This record gives sequence, structure tokens and C-alpha cells, in this order.
Amino acid sequence: MNETKTLIVSSSPHIRTPRDTKVIMLDVLIALAPAFLASIIFFGWRPIMVTAISVASCVLFEFGYRRLMKKPDTFGDLSAVVTGVLLAFCLPPTAPWWLPIIGALFAIVVVKQLFGGIGKNFLNPALAGRAFLLASYAVLMTSWRPANFQHVDAATYATPLASLHQGALSSTSLGAMLLGNTGGCIGEISAIALLLGGAYLVYRKVISLRIPLSFIGTVAVITLIFSKGNGHFMWMLQNVFSGGLLLGAIFMATDYCTSPVTPKGQIIFGVGCGLLTVLIRYFGSYPEGVSYAILIMNLMVWMIDKATAPRRFGVEPKHSFRKLWAKISRKGRKGEENA
Amino acid sequence: MLFKSHGGVHPKDMKAPANQTAISTIPQPAQVVIPMSQHIGAPCTPLVAVGDEVKLGQKIGEAKAPVSAPVHASVSGKVVAIEPRLNNLGNMVTAVIIENDFKDTPAETLVPAPEDDLEDPDKIAAIIREAGIVGMGGATFPTAFKITSGWGKVDTVIINGAECEPYITSDHRTMLEHPVELLKGIQLIMRACKVEKAYFGIELNKKFAIELLNFHGAAEMGIEIVPLKCQYPQGAEKTLIQTITGREVPPGGLPAQVGCAVFNTFTSYSVYRACYEGWPAIERVVTVSGSAIAEPKNVKVRVGTPMQWVFEQTGGFQKEPWKIIMGGPMMGLAQYDLAVPCGKGTASLLAFAEDEDKTVENPTCIRCGQCISACPMNLQPIYMYIYEEKGDIEMMQKLNLTDCVECGACTYICPGRLHLTHAFKTGKAKIQAYNAALKAKEEAEKAKAEEKKEEK
Repeated sequence: MNETKTLIVSSSPHIRTPRDTKVIMLDVLIALAPAFLASIIFFGWRPIMVTAISVASCVLFEFGYRRLMKKPDTFGDLSAVVTGVLLAFCLPPTAPWWLPIIGALFAIVVVKQLFGGIGKNFLNPALAGRAFLLASYAVLMTSWRPANFQHVDAATYATPLASLHQGALSSTSLGAMLLGNTGGCIGEISAIALLLGGAYLVYRKVISLRIPLSFIGTVAVITLIFSKGNGHFMWMLQNVFSGGLLLGAIFMATDYCTSPVTPKGQIIFGVGCGLLTVLIRYFGSYPEGVSYAILIMNLMVWMIDKATAPRRFGVEPKHSFRKLWAKISRKGRKGEENA
Repeated sequence: MLFKSHGGVHPKDMKAPANQTAISTIPQPAQVVIPMSQHIGAPCTPLVAVGDEVKLGQKIGEAKAPVSAPVHASVSGKVVAIEPRLNNLGNMVTAVIIENDFKDTPAETLVPAPEDDLEDPDKIAAIIREAGIVGMGGATFPTAFKITSGWGKVDTVIINGAECEPYITSDHRTMLEHPVELLKGIQLIMRACKVEKAYFGIELNKKFAIELLNFHGAAEMGIEIVPLKCQYPQGAEKTLIQTITGREVPPGGLPAQVGCAVFNTFTSYSVYRACYEGWPAIERVVTVSGSAIAEPKNVKVRVGTPMQWVFEQTGGFQKEPWKIIMGGPMMGLAQYDLAVPCGKGTASLLAFAEDEDKTVENPTCIRCGQCISACPMNLQPIYMYIYEEKGDIEMMQKLNLTDCVECGACTYICPGRLHLTHAFKTGKAKIQAYNAALKAKEEAEKAKAEEKKEEK
């Protein structure tokens, strides 16, 4: 039989899911679209410019570096595009055009490619880029403007987070925070848009709920217990819906490369992020703590993964809730019998 | 209640094309190639010589070892050669080649067992052993040994009707077309194993088969049909036991250690045929499917029929085949020579026209962790892969790489297209070689020390 001359032989399995890296990255981009739309509605054309420059420079730096180092091209996997969008999303809408380029250079070349590219970096590139810019251009990174439909004095405008940092509730209404009619970074203003994107990612199984829920839940619980201002619930809600918490918890902390791979580890990671966020917001000199909280937890990923290896199949772990429960319930039953 | 296992992936089941038509027969080939080793355990020695006339069902190979199964002639005719031939594992094994006389003259042994014998576990086990029945899902572990070695330990018999691999429908068709025989076969296995209760795990994509088996009184026979969620690898032995009984087979252990014995659907049907009809394991229902196949269907194939003959007789290829697989797409073995004969455990022959592997030039891990949630053995493929690449034996052992059942779920789901399963197969070999070398070194040192003692 002539037609079977060149049969391929390889190890099983012989079929693969159609969902590859590119599909996943595309899903993330789709999930980011509502937040992008919200930023355009509330900040006008500037977010488009900042995002476009950020994405273009991220892709170019990735392409240029890989070419220069004679490594195979990777810009086709769209991960650089995602980094570009996320970097732009954590810049203020007033950012000058050259700011995202410097951020992209640091994010892509220093943080991502110097460590081997996608899957090898230990810090979230976009957040590291933001941290670098915040350290270098603190004034530019913290000059806010109100949203288009806010009737406030632009010269003395303070973001909701800034008033929370002073220990007082923000005058911005909760509805405005949900919609995005408030000041802040480009991608973080609209809670509804971010939640919509998060729901899409969960539906498409790109992310699990473990990190976002444990992250946001931790922040909610702590801010409720240690609330300031008047109104415990309002304090908690404003803390959850203002600033970069949702953007960070849904899109940044869930970054595959810089979060734990074990289910237990992901919950520990999320709780850690939440704890640090509140600590920095309460006691730090900056109003926002999400980005540093995630970056610090990024450094713990290796340790968390090691400590939370799944239980070996067929072997009962040394300590487990089931064992503990068995002990307690047996004792309980014995007690009953004696009585 | 719906039973669901840990981990797993959900590939498209692709069963529809072959599932619609009844099991058919194909013409017999002019020559059959019957390997003397179609099972795990000691290979058989031929009982016939070149030039001998053999009858249908005549025993032509046997081994005395307990872990083995005899081999029978699947056609009547003349032995024309006994020589090494390529088998599905890529090894050259001794095979008896029989020239078919197309008469199907039955052997004298091809008679049903006496009714009384079917009440005695020892005798049933003996019939199963004589019939050469092995695990027909593909693992080909000798069934009689599984039964006898489980006496005193096994309290639960599980029949594996999950058929979780995509494309394969041979077990499903068997359930639909021979439900009564199948249930009687399971009853015999229960009797042989000396247990009262059997669970028959069937995935929910075979709803009609579940209803049919219940209709034929499975419950009255002590057979509980357990509907399983469609998920790969639901039918992996350890996973199936865990899903149905909640027991976990310890690492490196056998199901008997947790009181279970698992038998494949077609194995149970073969037990029925051996006991009630006298037929040894010389026929298997094979699913022929895949994108290169013109007419996907299920056919009865005599053991020893070359693959090429099966493909030709089932309508041939509609496209040029790119890859040919014996077994399922997840765990089957890619073949390069179509002269390889079908064996007792060949549940399917697949021919793919294009690259369903979706191979990429530079597989890259993005640390998504999906491999960890897919692994039915709770392993961490992502880290096992890193250390396998480095050749770090110590870490590979620490991560329990040898627990891997090679189901391929992690490789299937990997968006970075890493060759995970492949790496773990080589990793196991590396660990084995390392341990063997270590042992040899220790022994050499011991011998040296003893020599020195003697010198003193």
C-alpha cells in the first residue's frame, strides 16, 4: 500500500484539546474588553491611546528581544498583548504617551524575557512594570482626574481610595463605583465591567474562582471587622469596589505564571494577597496596596506550591480533617456509650 | 446518584459514526499471524510444528507459568511458518502463521462445559484459563490468574463498561447486542470470584445500554449498574474502583489489596462464550474509526488478522492516513506497519488523516496548572516534566512519577502542547535504569568486600 509509506509514530495520547495558549490569551483579551469600553466611556479617547501604545510596545519589545537573542518568536501566543493591556489598565488616564513605553520595556524585557519568556517569569510583568513606573515617576503615576460625568472640581479631585486612605468614607456613591463613574487607573474604575469579564473567564474555565474569591473575600472580611469611618458595610463595600482590587484579583493575581498551580496553594495565595492589600492600604504610605500585595505573593509561589502538593493517590495523609473527625466522632460515640 | 471521579478531561467522544450500525463480520484473511505472547506474563511455546493441520479453536501455544494464557488457532488450516513477527508493541515475538482453508473445521474442544462445572469456582477458573481469556480492554492481564489470586481478598467485582476513550464503541455495541450473554458472563465471574455483588460501571453516554441491561434483570442477578459521568479516564482501573467503591489502590499495589477485581465488558462476554459455548478467545469486536476511515463501524475480527486486511474489508481509507493507532486515541499505540496482527485486546483500530496531536515546534509551559487538575492520580505533571527534562532522578521519585498511569489526560489538556506523557514514560525508564545500576553497584561493592575478607 503506497499511501501508508509515511505513517507517524509518537507517544499517546493522539488527540489534543483545541484550546491552546493563544485561545486562552484571546479569552483573557475578550474578558478585558468590557473594562476597556468603560474606560473609554468615562475617560474619553486617552485610554485608547495609552492602551494602543502599551500593547504595541509590549509586542515590539517581545519580538525584538527574541529576534536579537535568536530565539523562536513568541509574540503569536498573544501573551505580550495581554501584558500590554494590563499594563495600560494600571496607569492613570492622564499618563503621557511615553510612560507605557518605558513600562513595557521593563515588563517585557527585564521581567519576562530575561528570565526565559512566557511561563518562566516569577513576577507579573504588567504589575512589575507599574511598580517600576510608580517608583520612577511617582507624580505622573498619581495625578488623577475625575470621570467624564462627575461634577467635581478637577484641580482638587481625590480618588475614592485616597479618602479611604485618610480613614473616611468616600463621597463617591457605590453606584458610581460599580458603573465606573469615578477616578482611578484606566482599567480599574468599573466594577461591573470587571466582574463581567471575570464571569466570562470562569465560564470559559480560563481561571478558577479560588484566587479571586479568596483574595476579595479576605479583603472584605478584614475591612468589615476593622472598619473605619461610619458604616461598617459601606466601608467594606467601598474597599472592595474601589481601587485596583477587582482588576488585580480577577486578572493579575490569576496570572498562570506567577500564581500557584495547586488548588490549596491558590487559596493560600489569594488569602495572602488579601491580607497584604489591607495591610498596605491601612498602614502604607500609598493608598493602594493591590499591586504590591500581588508582587510580594508572586515571590512566595514556589514555596506555596511545594508546601501544598496534592495528596498522593492511595495514601492517607499524615494529618487530615477526615482523620481528625474520625477521632473526634469516635470519642464522641464512646462518650455516649459510657453515659 | 451520579458517580464522578477526581481529575479528568472531557474530549469530544466521537463515538457517533461507529455507533449507529450493528456489529458486522468481515471475510477471513488468507493467513493469520498469531503471536505467542498476547498477554502480560510468560510467553507461550508453540504446541504445533510447521506443516501441521490445525482446527478452529485448537490450542497452539501454552506456558506453564501461572501468569499466562494459552493461545488458540483462530482459523482452521495449515501451519506454514513459526517465526518472529512484529507485534503491536513494536517487538518481534514468536508467531504461528496459519494458512486459512476457509472451512472453519471446529476442534474437538469446542464444546460447552457441563452445566455442573459452572457452579464450581475452581472449574470456572480452569475453563477461563484454558480459553486463554485475558483483560480485553487492552491491558491483557490473564483473567484466570486475576480470579484465583483474588480468592480470600476480593469482596467486590467491578465490570468496566466505562469505555471512556473517544471513538471506541465495541463494548457499547456488545452491551446492546448481547445483553443477556453479557450478564450471564458477569454472573460466572462473580461465582468464580466467590462474591455475591458486582458493580457494572457504565458511562452515561450509553443510556440505552444501561436501560437494556436493567430490563434484562441485572439487579436480580446481583449486578448493580452504576451510571458514571462521561469523563476521561473514568475507566482507568484505579479511578473506576475509587469512583464506585471509594477505595483507593495504594501506589504500586493491585486492586485485590482493596478487595476489588475489575473485569472488562468484552472479557465478561468472552467468559460467557467460553463457558456456555466452548469458544476460546479467538475473536474480538473491533471499532474501526477515525477521520481517514471511509465507513466507521464495529466488526468481529479473528485474532491474528493483519490490520491491513481489516482496513481493506471495512471500506478502506477515504483520505491518506497520517497516523494509525491500535487502541484508543488516548492510550493506544501508533503503528508503522500494517502487517501487525490484531490481538485479544484490540478494541479499536483508528486511522487519522491529519495531525490530531496538534504538534507545535516549541512546546512551552505557561504554568496554567490544568495538568494538575486533570491528573486522576493527584500528581503534579508540571513539576515532573521539569525534573524529567533535567534528568533529576531523585526529584522524579519524590514527585511519585512512577504512580503515573500514562492515561494522557495532562497531555490532552496542555495548552502549551508539552509532551508530558511521553516524558513520563521515558522518566520511568530512567528511574528503572538508575535503580538497576544502583543495585548492581551495591552488589559489586558487597562482592568486593567479601573478597577482601577472604583475602584476609
